[in-house]
Amino acid sequence: MITLAHLLTLSAVLFALSVAGIFLNRKNLLLLLMCIELLLLAANFNFVAFSRYLGQLDGQIFVFFVLTVAAAESAIGLAILVVLFRERRSINVEELDQLRG
Amino acid sequence: MLPLILFYLFATVLVLAAVAVIVSRNPVYAALSLVLCFVTSAAIWLLIEAEFLAIVLVLVYVGAVMVLFLFVIMMLDIDLEELRAGFTRFAWLGWIVAGVIVLEIAGVVLTGKLGIDVTRGAAPLPANYSNTQELGALLYGRYAYPFEIAAMVLLVAIVAAIALTLRHRPNLKAQDIGRQVAARASERVRLVKMDSEHRE
Amino acid sequence: MNQTLLLAIPMLPLIAALIAGLAGKAIGRAGAAAVTIGAVGASCVLSCVVLKQMLVDQVPNYDGTVYTWLVSDGVRMQVGFLTDRLSALMMVVVTFVSLCVHVYTIGYMEDDPGYQRFFAYISLFTFSMLMLVMANNFMQLFFGWEAVGVVSYLLIGFWYTRPTAIFAGLKAFLVNRVGDFGFVLGIAGVLYYTGSMDYQPAFAAAPEIATKSMILWHGHAWSALTVICICLFIGAMGKSAQIPLHVWLPDSMEGPTPISALIHAATMVTAGIFMVARMSPLFEYSPTALSFVLVIGATTALFMGFLGIVNNDIKRVIAYSTLSQLGYMTVALGVSGYSVAIFHLMTHAFFKALLFLAAGAVIIAMHHEQDMRKMGGLRHRMPVTYWTALIGALALIGTPFFSGFYSKDALIDAVHASHRYGAGYAYWCVLLGVFVTALYTFRMIFMTFHGPERFDHHTSEHFHDVGWDMKAPLVALAIPSLIIGYLTVEPILFGGYFGSAIKVLQEHDVVGELKAEWLGPMAFALHSVLSAPAWLAALGVFTAWWCVLKRPQVGEALRERFSGLYRVLINKYYFDWFNENVLVPLALALGILLWRGGDQTLIDGAMVNGSAHAVDRLAGATRLLQSGFLYSYAFWMIIGLAVSLGWFLMHI
Repeated sequence: MITLAHLLTLSAVLFALSVAGIFLNRKNLLLLLMCIELLLLAANFNFVAFSRYLGQLDGQIFVFFVLTVAAAESAIGLAILVVLFRERRSINVEELDQLRG
Repeated sequence: MLPLILFYLFATVLVLAAVAVIVSRNPVYAALSLVLCFVTSAAIWLLIEAEFLAIVLVLVYVGAVMVLFLFVIMMLDIDLEELRAGFTRFAWLGWIVAGVIVLEIAGVVLTGKLGIDVTRGAAPLPANYSNTQELGALLYGRYAYPFEIAAMVLLVAIVAAIALTLRHRPNLKAQDIGRQVAARASERVRLVKMDSEHRE
Repeated sequence: MNQTLLLAIPMLPLIAALIAGLAGKAIGRAGAAAVTIGAVGASCVLSCVVLKQMLVDQVPNYDGTVYTWLVSDGVRMQVGFLTDRLSALMMVVVTFVSLCVHVYTIGYMEDDPGYQRFFAYISLFTFSMLMLVMANNFMQLFFGWEAVGVVSYLLIGFWYTRPTAIFAGLKAFLVNRVGDFGFVLGIAGVLYYTGSMDYQPAFAAAPEIATKSMILWHGHAWSALTVICICLFIGAMGKSAQIPLHVWLPDSMEGPTPISALIHAATMVTAGIFMVARMSPLFEYSPTALSFVLVIGATTALFMGFLGIVNNDIKRVIAYSTLSQLGYMTVALGVSGYSVAIFHLMTHAFFKALLFLAAGAVIIAMHHEQDMRKMGGLRHRMPVTYWTALIGALALIGTPFFSGFYSKDALIDAVHASHRYGAGYAYWCVLLGVFVTALYTFRMIFMTFHGPERFDHHTSEHFHDVGWDMKAPLVALAIPSLIIGYLTVEPILFGGYFGSAIKVLQEHDVVGELKAEWLGPMAFALHSVLSAPAWLAALGVFTAWWCVLKRPQVGEALRERFSGLYRVLINKYYFDWFNENVLVPLALALGILLWRGGDQTLIDGAMVNGSAHAVDRLAGATRLLQSGFLYSYAFWMIIGLAVSLGWFLMHI
């Protein structure tokens, strides 16, 4: 029987991996975006799990909205990335330091 | 028993795929691993009877978002070596933070501070239960306005993405049908009167 | 009483001053003179109307607010007038002397380029002085007090191309600042104890304040009222030039002579006397403060007189005489004889202004020569000036029937009758002062108007007597110098003229004691022949005649014989030396210390720039966190998330 603990643990591992991924791929904007998707997936996991185990569907509705926003975010993020690449011929985050204090 | 075995199977694949996402050298592999993550996640969601979201995840993410990612990856000529330089420089910090977060989540879950029993299974659903139908009722009922707003968010995102990537190339040799149609004879034809040539 | 009438009295000179000062070029010399004289003349007439209303029509005192300047925390700062018999008398004296000086100025400043400016200043002075005497609250009193100080500064330095004039003006201003500091503290004390700037609440609260004590430094409790009164009197010491704040008055003679007559003899310097008389309801409850007043006044009266004997500058002799006479008035205040002080103030205003204007006439006639050793025998060349100056001199030394006699003899009798601590010392000072006064006054008269002509041929040839525009004020002032004492001594001193304006407690009432022996002005004058002051005055005149005319070598011999004493006197008791060589360097050192140490290092360095530097350094440190790299912000966000989640776990 799959218990809530199973799902929460899986989600925690997923979340931790994506955080580690942000640290590892700090220069690659594309992979940063992917790690954020993974992060959102981990969060969605929790929503779905609690929704199911508490018997309330509202959590799943929330996942629906998260998916919507994540889709919008990745669309705009990728658009920015394309524009950025067109301007600078690179997506290296380390070169993006025009806001340095 | 079977669902638990399947869960462990999918969970293992999911974790491995996630690891592959964050460590793979080639962004294409990373994107494909992410697709695998989404697919296995959808499978696990099916196991816990959240069918609609599982399908949506595959359709929206795998079908749309990840394809977009792949398009971008392949469109751009990315210097991978430069991006890989110093890959492990902050890895220690990443693992520490990740470990701390895992411990914290585990702390919440294991100490029972949530106030619910995490070791019990989900209540079985009735035979004629339709996850999609129930979600639809909620979404078009109580969550009608947020749903509309979500639609607006998507619309704005579409417009923004197009606007951002739209490019005006000054020297493009393209037809402008509007101007062609609006042209008048006086602008096109010039009548020149010349004296005839005299032969000596 | 009509408020518009009262408002017009100070406002007319102010408007005239503004017209003459700002539009001086447009209206020309004659225009400026006409405007200001017209305004001050009208003011004088209106003041007389006010006095007449008070005396003949028995109009009650006016005490009202004209304009509220600001209200702060319940303290109202207002412009208001208090017209009682004291201020009415002062208004008449001020405007009358001012009018005379205005007229006299036409001739005196005839060929001065700053003609209109001068008229503007003296009109402005008249306004300020009227505001001072008419005030019904400390705020306005202080305004008038400072305004006359400013005008005095402007007028002493009127000839601003002369370094000595600039120095004298600055000196007068700075010395008065010392006095004003005390004055402000006194006003602050009144405000602290009564919560009001108006006179009446302060006067009403005086007996109550007298019972309170304040601790100025650890373990020494002082009567609060004594502290307030002494602080106020320190202000009066500055303005009325009492020792040790007298040093500015002799130097102020650098200003034009009409100014010496108006400001530095007749009116402004008496502001301190007037103020103490006005504050009599406060001072009466503090015998300690009055003893302080008495001793300061007595010392000034005698020791400043000595200085008049050794000076050869005609204006300075009169200046020291003024100091001495101010000392007399202060003594009268000190023995609670406020009415005597005001009476002497009034008579002194007339005869001292007369003497100054006469001296001015001599100076003009001698082409700006002020040294008496180069004069002599002028009585034939300028008879009007001589006779009027003689009247002034006789009034000053207290010749019976002259105005100065009544005020001065009454004053001496009052001191004699007083039992206040210090009165014995004061009595001998003022008595000896009579002899000294007669000596220096007639030394001046004899050196200037009698004896051989000591000026050179050139001056003799170009000598010209002054015109009637200058003689008329002399005559106009000579008349009151001659008769006003005889006419007014009885009502002012013994007829209860001042009524409620001056308050004297029963046990201090020395004037009341004199009243018991009073038999009328004629009998008073005749009786004086048997009293010490008259004989002392006569002895002074005789000594002057002997030393100056009969045996001129006697003076020289005395100077040789007492060279040490002479040096002390000619150096003015070393007050200036002390100020310039001890006080000023000390103050300068303190100022530099505070400037370098306090201002530059502590405030500017540590606090103002220091806080800026602290922010700068802090920003420099936080700037390192702002790397501009996207991932570092992401890192901080995630670390922050982990930390806040941990904190949340701890406190759940």
